[in-house]
Amino acid sequence: MNEVKTTAKTNFKWVGKRTRRPDGPDKVTGRARYGDDMVMSGMLYGKTLRSPHAHAKILSIDTSKAEALKGVKAVVTHKDIPDHPLLEPPYGPMIADLHDISRNVMAREKVLYDGHAVAAVAATSERIAKAAIKLIEVEYEILPHVLDPLAAAQPGAPILHEHQFTHGVDPKPEAPSNVFRVVSAERGDLEKGFADADIIVEREFRSEPVHQGYIEPQALIATASEDGAVEIWTTTQGHFVIRGLCARLMNMDMSSIRVTASEIGGGFGGKNNVYAEPVAIRLSQKTSRPVRMVMTRSEVFRGTGPASGTYSRIRMGAMRDGTIVAAEAEIYNQAGAFKGSPVGRSVDSFFSSYSIANAKATAYDVCVNRPKVAAYRAPGAPMATMAAELTINELAEKLDIDPVDLRMKNAVQDGGQSLNGAKYGRIGLTEVLETVKNHPHYSAPLAPNQGRGFALGYWMHGGGLSSVVANLLDDGTVAIATGNPDIGGSRSSMRVMAAEELGVDLELIKPIVADTGSMGYSHLTAGSRTTFATGMAVINSVREIIEKLRALAAKKWEIPVDDVAWEAGQAVTQRDGFEALTLKQLAGMATKMGGAIAGHSEINAGGAGAAFSAQIVDVEVDPETGFVSLKRYTVIQDAGRAISPDYVEGQMQGGAVQGIGWALNEEYIYDDKGCLQNLGFLDYRMPVASDVPMIDTVIVEVPNPNHPYGVRGVGEPPLVPAPGAVANAVENAIGKKMGSLPLSPPKILGTLELCR
Amino acid sequence: MRYEAPETIEAAVALLAAAGKTARVFAGGTDLIIQIKEEMIEPGMLVDIKKIKETREVILDDDEIRIGASVTGAELGENKELKKLFPGVVEAVQLIGSDQVQGRATIGGNFCNASPAADSVPALIAAGAKAVVAGPNGTRTAAVEDLLIKPGQLSLAPGELIISFCLSRPPKNTGDAYLRFIPRSEMDIAVVGAGVSVTLNPDGTCAAARVALGAVAPTARLVEQAPDILLGKELDERVLAELAAAASATCQPINDKRGTIKFRTSVAGVLACRAIKIAWERAEKN
Amino acid sequence: MSKYHVTTTINGDEVDFTCYADQTLLEVLREDLNMTGTKNGCGSGDCGACTVIVNGRPVNACLVLGAELDGANIETIEGMSTGTELHPLQQKFLDHAALQCGICTPGFLNMAKALLEKNPEPTETEVRYALAGNLCRCTGYDKIVRAVLDAAAEMRESTS
Repeated sequence: MNEVKTTAKTNFKWVGKRTRRPDGPDKVTGRARYGDDMVMSGMLYGKTLRSPHAHAKILSIDTSKAEALKGVKAVVTHKDIPDHPLLEPPYGPMIADLHDISRNVMAREKVLYDGHAVAAVAATSERIAKAAIKLIEVEYEILPHVLDPLAAAQPGAPILHEHQFTHGVDPKPEAPSNVFRVVSAERGDLEKGFADADIIVEREFRSEPVHQGYIEPQALIATASEDGAVEIWTTTQGHFVIRGLCARLMNMDMSSIRVTASEIGGGFGGKNNVYAEPVAIRLSQKTSRPVRMVMTRSEVFRGTGPASGTYSRIRMGAMRDGTIVAAEAEIYNQAGAFKGSPVGRSVDSFFSSYSIANAKATAYDVCVNRPKVAAYRAPGAPMATMAAELTINELAEKLDIDPVDLRMKNAVQDGGQSLNGAKYGRIGLTEVLETVKNHPHYSAPLAPNQGRGFALGYWMHGGGLSSVVANLLDDGTVAIATGNPDIGGSRSSMRVMAAEELGVDLELIKPIVADTGSMGYSHLTAGSRTTFATGMAVINSVREIIEKLRALAAKKWEIPVDDVAWEAGQAVTQRDGFEALTLKQLAGMATKMGGAIAGHSEINAGGAGAAFSAQIVDVEVDPETGFVSLKRYTVIQDAGRAISPDYVEGQMQGGAVQGIGWALNEEYIYDDKGCLQNLGFLDYRMPVASDVPMIDTVIVEVPNPNHPYGVRGVGEPPLVPAPGAVANAVENAIGKKMGSLPLSPPKILGTLELCR
Repeated sequence: MRYEAPETIEAAVALLAAAGKTARVFAGGTDLIIQIKEEMIEPGMLVDIKKIKETREVILDDDEIRIGASVTGAELGENKELKKLFPGVVEAVQLIGSDQVQGRATIGGNFCNASPAADSVPALIAAGAKAVVAGPNGTRTAAVEDLLIKPGQLSLAPGELIISFCLSRPPKNTGDAYLRFIPRSEMDIAVVGAGVSVTLNPDGTCAAARVALGAVAPTARLVEQAPDILLGKELDERVLAELAAAASATCQPINDKRGTIKFRTSVAGVLACRAIKIAWERAEKN
Repeated sequence: MSKYHVTTTINGDEVDFTCYADQTLLEVLREDLNMTGTKNGCGSGDCGACTVIVNGRPVNACLVLGAELDGANIETIEGMSTGTELHPLQQKFLDHAALQCGICTPGFLNMAKALLEKNPEPTETEVRYALAGNLCRCTGYDKIVRAVLDAAAEMRESTS
């Protein structure tokens, strides 16, 4: 059951309609070319040697035997990857420090996690490359390792980086620490708030790292030519970012690197980084041949970044009437081997759906001997949200107030602020909560051993840099080039927005994703920003074309351009005696009357705004085994305006199911040596089709005033409340609080047996 | 590595005997190919037995039922007669992996891979199956449980391979069942497996019972006390409680990435009871 | 290491290739035959992205050896449509927005095709269990299941 509820006028031609996506036929026939589907003449095969230890000094690396193997053309170690000084403050959200990236790409002084890349070879076949890396001899001095963020934060813990001293604490520490920084935000007077509260709830939560779980492993081909130019074909969410990172890391001019984004087989934030690209560049430079590097599934788990595992503590106080008067939380995020977990977002995600007068949130960025974390769909938000939402549900229980009513009472309003101080414009929170309350799922009866969970999530979207070029072809069709890899159906939405502006049929618009050499900078397809920011740039570009078409018609008619309007795909004028000129007609005239018509836009979009997603989940727990089955799931989310409702629903459903996996069965399992035990989809347990029910969706539309069509991002909000909603459902099914994800059957059965 | 596809038992035995430890028997490959790719093993030769007709047949004689070692899960599931006779054995093999894996995974391969958690094993043990083993010294049969030494290893001599499994045609009022616990609904290795076979007396009490557990010890094992608990009795709450306790006591599990000792021990009791209820109901209907 | 010469039928065409004993069908398809429609998600039979149909049965191409396929009949995603006409399943996947990134789609389509050939009127539960060996991380499976059920209905209608 899928619905769209809107509060604004909708007389759109294409926006909001269910339309066919342009990349569809290629994908259902197997023609679409993903990272590993490209071949280049003379291609070599690259393979990476990875550390078998969680923490060790590298004493020596001897690559001579590998180099001597017939068929091996080049070998790379850290000696071939430039070093960079440590980044100075201020630090952005998920820190991209070239000093760290250089070492993550290829270990330098130490290996810091099981799977850390140590060396790589390029050979004439994969078989030879695999044999070659086995011949590389590395001498290690094994060091004690630490995997848990709380343990890593204690004095006396094994230290990953001797140069790292905790930022954000006073006085400045003298001893190095695994805690890179502590960030916090607060408002009001916490002490007074808690003193006033009629009731206080305190909880503790834990979670394990979870991987984005994209089905396509990282894959790329890099080809360097003798004149210094480099081309990269890679599966990525942001080829401009890849270009920038490679150029800066390898001390090359940006313009000498051209990156083409392949079709991408899932990203969810995990393909915003470089892993093998710099190594492949170097291998290709040494051999003057294209070098392909494809990760195996176990390399993806060992060597790419998951979302942080966490430990959090939270305390919330409320009055008897439901007003939440004080809220305090702290969370330890595992950063993995290098600093940069999304602490700012964690701080912002606890309480930002609510107007709480006295609130404080603190987050710790803690290095541990695990792969460096990467963004995962609303990075930093899901675990902080879970902590707050489950605590609020407990408050509701103790106060005997309906959980949605409690939230409505405390809901942040238009013009309010997040805890980090981000200002909300018009938001759809109240509308979402009302929709929940009135939804049949919310009041449907439950059977024995079943429980219902509810959670609300908030996410502040990104805008940022997007560039678009739109060209009007002679025959009246329009080619639109963006710089954003399509991970969720954005080509479809770009086409809809362009067709809407022009007032013509969808079929006339051809969207493509261009390479970095063809156009201006576009930031990642991430942060739920693409439909918003790139969409805005598309609209701007098409509006520029329309301006030129009006001018062309005016020229043709010899009337002032102010007398020419663009309506329903035609230039029209109120003056007598002029028949409308169609897009096709004007396009045919253009090159004879001044030149080809194009529009372009390079923007730094602001005003993306916040969106809210609320989720209702029913589960059934087998009391004798702890097995959880999902019975019913509803996602209610404010999309601002759903350009392509099918794809908005798809985002909501996909995020919900990732949340189910996060809550129930996904985790990284390490042995006592710090080596990863579950490096495949057998034991990294993501939901399969028989694990989940239909995911019902309700798209609420409270248009974002900062976008021409009212768009809000939709990609990230669906994951934010999902693990919390599922965890809450399990708690209610068994009548016991649980706070340690994943809620796998042994944990649930253990809790049940404890209470018998 | 060499690939051979002999067409007779004798040819297969000769190849295996000559190649010794470097040869591996290859049927569905759903374990073997993974082990080769992950470099856990490096065989010098793969002996594909799928062309040997004795390994591909299901023969339903008056006294004996023979299931070829390289019959796939999908094929077992399509054999209506076999499903009626040994629903437990068939459903066990059918739980292995996805439908795609079912098209390849074989009853013999699953057994011979000898994972402590293999689904076919408890069901075959409960059904009293014997393995027909061919080797350089001829053919022998052995109770399947006697072939299990330790994880990944069977007591087969060099050159020997399992050709088929033979089961006695079950007497009237016999039913078998297999249940396993996995954290998802599909696609997991069993955390606990329970295979049960019961035969009932005309008065509805138990005449014979075999209860076998998988994934709770280095090899699948019988719950030794099960016959004592069940023989001559009806399936009441007290009997079930005793059976559950005996099943839990039989466990010698480990903590690993799939389950804890505590969890496996508890759930073994739960599954043994659930499985016997199903087997009992099937026995009543036969 | 010596290679084995294998003759097969792939999507109705006679195709022969040589391969090493340890090469899987997935490797042969993607690397030797340039048929990249069959995807590699895990190489261990856990994700179903490499699902193809061999001798009428859906299998993971990563768990089949090239060397054992002499005389086999293989169907891959490249052969699913007929000329320019999409198979009803392909059409319904597009109609229902049953794909986002699309990497899992060829595997799902082959598995669904095999399912409907065996069971033309599956229930929702039967569809979910039949597709349990195909991982999708983007869609949450909802629209995939709907597309398969809808295609099944349409295929039943056109044969009745």
